[in-house]
Amino acid sequence: MKILVCITHVPDTTSKIQFTANNTKFDPTGVQFIIGPYDDYALARAVELRDQTGGTLTALNVGEAETEPTLRKALAIGADDAIRVNSFPKDSFFVAQQIAHFAKAGGYDLILMGRESIDFNGGMVHGMVGELLGMPSFSPVMKLELEGTTVKMAREIEGGKEHLEAQLPLIAGCQEPIAEWKIPNMRGIMSARTKPLVVVEPVSQETQAEASGYQLPPAKGSVKLVDKDQVSELVRLLKNEAKVL
Amino acid sequence: MSILVYVEQSAGKIKKTSLEAVSYGYALAAKTGEGAVVAVALGTLGSNELASIGEAGAAKVLHISDERLNAGVIQAHASAVAQAFESTGASTLILAKSSLGDAVAARLAIKLQAALVSNVVELPRLEGGFVVKRSIYTGKAFADTTITTAKKILAIKKNAADQKLDGAKAQVETFAVAIPESDFASKISATERATGEVLLPEADIVVSGGRGMKGPENWGIIEELAKTLGAATGCSKPVSDIGWRPHHEHVGQTGVKVAPTLYIAVGISGAIQHLAGVNSSKCIVVINKDPEAPFFKAADYGIVGDAFEIVPQLTAALKAAQ
Repeated sequence: MKILVCITHVPDTTSKIQFTANNTKFDPTGVQFIIGPYDDYALARAVELRDQTGGTLTALNVGEAETEPTLRKALAIGADDAIRVNSFPKDSFFVAQQIAHFAKAGGYDLILMGRESIDFNGGMVHGMVGELLGMPSFSPVMKLELEGTTVKMAREIEGGKEHLEAQLPLIAGCQEPIAEWKIPNMRGIMSARTKPLVVVEPVSQETQAEASGYQLPPAKGSVKLVDKDQVSELVRLLKNEAKVL
Repeated sequence: MSILVYVEQSAGKIKKTSLEAVSYGYALAAKTGEGAVVAVALGTLGSNELASIGEAGAAKVLHISDERLNAGVIQAHASAVAQAFESTGASTLILAKSSLGDAVAARLAIKLQAALVSNVVELPRLEGGFVVKRSIYTGKAFADTTITTAKKILAIKKNAADQKLDGAKAQVETFAVAIPESDFASKISATERATGEVLLPEADIVVSGGRGMKGPENWGIIEELAKTLGAATGCSKPVSDIGWRPHHEHVGQTGVKVAPTLYIAVGISGAIQHLAGVNSSKCIVVINKDPEAPFFKAADYGIVGDAFEIVPQLTAALKAAQ
């Protein structure tokens, strides 16, 4: 059983987002980067499945040299080896082509990743890779169990979930509660230093929809407080002032 | 050149977000001069449901009535919509962002060699290329995205367009497609869906509760307020993590991102991860006994006080005003 987990290198969820160079570039000043929270769920489940099947687990990231600590963290959490595709992830299509190429070369049975990155929130890379490789793709997957080559999954839908059965090989975009996040232990951190991390060059430069400029939402005005003994005043404000009722 | 809209159903009803997508397509066609909007609807649907697509702005509805498509079989939906796109000679596909829509759109992008932009918040700008504004960093910013391909797919966020409702009639045609059997290889064995409730991602009003509610047994006042408003109920991450409420009600960074007209937060402190799920709301009301709760900084209106007293009073005041 060969498992591939694709991870993103993204600003921590508490980051204040700012742009620079006349709003054409993300400003990383003071921002801490993490494994995307959805990818962290995918990684945790991938480690469990690798242990269950006695297979191998490779972590892949499309990113420049600064993403290596994030990949090393994936190795510390339990991936056996890592691949970094040496390029800024220009758009979803660009990233999907790289993953599809290296996934095909590696002959993986199961490809997991987060349902979406938390920077661009596209949520489309898993589906694109699936179509590029002719494999079924599922997202957002909140449960994934392996029984031989049968994969039993639960996929979240609006207001509930759907239970599915499919055959390997397949691709899943993951979310909670598929597994509990894993925190690397000291042994993992030490061994991650010597695990193989291969740097490869992108196979294609083609893009379709690159971001050209950024904006922040308009600043929020201050809150209008209503006295707790005047609850009907809130109803009046929502009706007549905010006009949302 | 024309615009095709992929319309989703849920248990035989056209989704409201899909009708918004049809109206977005209608407004886009008016802007680009591309003419009539065609919609493609999948699975078993009654004539009233098909008619609602026309009222939302489609001149023509292609109905693929294969009952195997009632369920959200991702690969099969992608194949069916791809055939409708090719046969109508469409240039742009519009759909509403959703659990199924996202999964289908990604496969379609490759099948059709079309650029896909998701979380689109308004109509594109056409000066100097086809530039689409989308929400990024979980609602904390926006990006202008320039599409360089001839074929395009836009997955639109709730409230990107007002739903048009003018009684216009669409021409409904049965559309036959050939879907490879292998697209049905994955089997949906069961679907669990909360019934008789407003779906959270589609709701115009959302009432959410947090740890301040003290326990699942106290959710009655949240539900009563939601019922009075015709709202969906949501919750914060800690509440779904400890199992007070189901996961599909979790609003926030790693849960459902909502964009209602009115969001009412009860007993939620307003961690940045929760705010990321609600920052597209038009109006936010916060009820919390802690005047220092960070949520008040993101709110339009607030009441500092005990939720167990205020929420029933609010429900009563709303009923009195109706």
